[in-house]
Amino acid sequence: MARSPVAIIAPRWPGGASAALVLLLTFGTLAAVAWQAEWVGGLSTGDWAAVRFTLVQAFVSAAVSVVLAVPVARALARRQFRGRGILITLLGAPFILPVIVAVIALLAVFGRNGVLNDVMVWIGLPRVTIYGFHGVVLAHVFLNLPLATRLLLQGWLSIPAERFRLAATLNADVRRLLEWPMLRATAPNAFLVIFVICLTSFATALILGGGPRATTVELAIYQALRFDFDLGRAALLACVQFGLCAAATVLVWRIAARAEMGAGLDRVVQRWDRAPLALDAIAIALCAGFLIVPLGMIVLRGAPHVADLTAPVWWAAGRSLLVASASACLCVCMALSLALWGGRVAAFVGVLPLAASSLVVGTGLFLIVYPFVRPAEVALPVTALTNATLALPFALHSIAPSVAAIQDDFGRLAMSLNMRRWTWVRLVVLPRMRRPLGFAAGLAAALSMGDLGVITLFAGNAQETLPLAMYRLMGAYQMDQAAAAALLLLALSLLLFWICDRGGRVGAEM
Amino acid sequence: MGDVSVLRCDGLQVQQGDFTLSADLAFANGAITALIGPSGAGKSTLLSALAGFVSLKSGRVLWGDTEITALPPGERPISILFQDNNLFPHLTALQNVGLALRPDLRLLPEQKDQVARALADVGLTGMGARKPAALSGGQQSRVALARVLLAGREVVLLDEPFAALGPGLKEEMLDLVRDKLLKAGRCVVMVTHDPADAKRIADNVVLVSDGVALPPVPTDAIFENPPPALQAYLG
Repeated sequence: MARSPVAIIAPRWPGGASAALVLLLTFGTLAAVAWQAEWVGGLSTGDWAAVRFTLVQAFVSAAVSVVLAVPVARALARRQFRGRGILITLLGAPFILPVIVAVIALLAVFGRNGVLNDVMVWIGLPRVTIYGFHGVVLAHVFLNLPLATRLLLQGWLSIPAERFRLAATLNADVRRLLEWPMLRATAPNAFLVIFVICLTSFATALILGGGPRATTVELAIYQALRFDFDLGRAALLACVQFGLCAAATVLVWRIAARAEMGAGLDRVVQRWDRAPLALDAIAIALCAGFLIVPLGMIVLRGAPHVADLTAPVWWAAGRSLLVASASACLCVCMALSLALWGGRVAAFVGVLPLAASSLVVGTGLFLIVYPFVRPAEVALPVTALTNATLALPFALHSIAPSVAAIQDDFGRLAMSLNMRRWTWVRLVVLPRMRRPLGFAAGLAAALSMGDLGVITLFAGNAQETLPLAMYRLMGAYQMDQAAAAALLLLALSLLLFWICDRGGRVGAEM
Repeated sequence: MGDVSVLRCDGLQVQQGDFTLSADLAFANGAITALIGPSGAGKSTLLSALAGFVSLKSGRVLWGDTEITALPPGERPISILFQDNNLFPHLTALQNVGLALRPDLRLLPEQKDQVARALADVGLTGMGARKPAALSGGQQSRVALARVLLAGREVVLLDEPFAALGPGLKEEMLDLVRDKLLKAGRCVVMVTHDPADAKRIADNVVLVSDGVALPPVPTDAIFENPPPALQAYLG
């Protein structure tokens, strides 16, 4: 029996090292919290309330996002108009929009002194408040309605044009014959994905929630650690949160394996059923307004004050850029090495971070480093490391298919030329992967730039990142400065993404 | 065949799912052997086994007296051209050919001259800086052929690399193969589904049908008096 002469030609140890790092940051930190958790007392009434609130707000946020997305996606699927392409691109942006920027943008419209309340007072109605359950849901819908719309739009555009033609000749009801079955297949998936995203909500709840009636588990972990310094309780809550996320991730993974990242959303399917134009126009206008007005307010409010931003804020911005760059580098290296490694272990390691959350990983790392160093001293490296790990599934999603395609197309040629492992990476893989690598780096950088999670557990004033500085300004009611910081944060996030993505495209050839 | 046979399959068997390919034969040196037979009969599988891309269920592959069954593809005395993806699209023609000398492309000045000469030899003088996208299909085939020539490995396997070319260009390339590779004394094994290709340049024909590769027969003889399996294929 002959030994197989065919071997994977990519180097393997970097993939193994990446896998070890991810396992350490997920299962390792979980072990740390499980070890320290105070199992005896169990969950208090307040903790149960946090669990309940987390589940209910995630459920409502996901449901509202998906229901509202239906008319918008349908309108986008069947109407061609100027700015449609821009709007669809914009719908992809909230993924890299820092959550805290979204929150301050919503405050500018729906907050105590926001535009909405000005109008309410003007027409003699009582002021509305954005804080609490409905504020958290509002922010989650703002952040996830675009995602839901894109997922559903993808569903709509996956219905072959011929089906619409056939339905037209039969004079059949398109809604019942084509659209309803498609929605039944796609809407639950969109719901689950958003549900999981909202489960790990921290920054939103930190600012808009709080109190016994609007605290997520993530927020409760933060409060237990930061305010009460109750390590045992924080650890117990972290275990609960990991359980929630892991269960939800298992659900999502089963469906996400089939879903594809949206490409080709730029076409419109020709249809023959007559739909009222006004309905579609209203849906699109409301959605666009809901997304654009708050962000526009940030630009209007923040721009005049950018020049007044104090030195600490600029320093924070510098630190954020540093952390984001480090995180992006690390994330792309890990994703690439895992993709080259291939196989089931790499795939498992690649989705594992979806079950982890910023605060759970953070708590674990806090417990691990606390006996040895002052947590503040390692705040920035820990943040970069955590961000890189949490962004890994998305980076891998963009990189892995390209690596597989390159191996399929050129692996045998390289083997027959006797190319060595690192030569293969240098001469073939890297030059041919510039686009997905750039995109993944941009994604990781932007996600890290806007992250307000693990840093809150570790940082003192001297380690403040830009989102944290912004949060401090908001806490001090310096809303103009906070808006300016938000504008800066938004601009830097988009800039980082653009530079990386562009860097991958320019001069790239297939 | 006796003394001149160099590449030998000794009781070779490859299993792929339900399909089994067996071959017990030798390929003559300094000659072109065509593998002919219906699609799915195992022609490409045999080439993959010779090149080292699929592992054997049993049997050996021998180069002269040396067993090469367990050698990785790059360390066998064998070059192969596939149906497609024979060139790296992001590398220039010079670089693509240069891989024959240094797979890491750290070429010495005299090696660069060698590469340029190899390109000139297949009629591509001055085209070294172009990338495959800037070359015609025929020119791309010539670049790949230049790399095979420069690599200097004794056995060359052709898995229908010219199938996508038009009939005229394909014949031109086959003649070039005969002219260059045979002159260099290589052992050439080519897959083809077109009897005309075999008649044009092959010295011997190996009939592959129903998972069995039969020993080579001189081309004239086999087409004058085709066995039943070849008759069925030729129709």
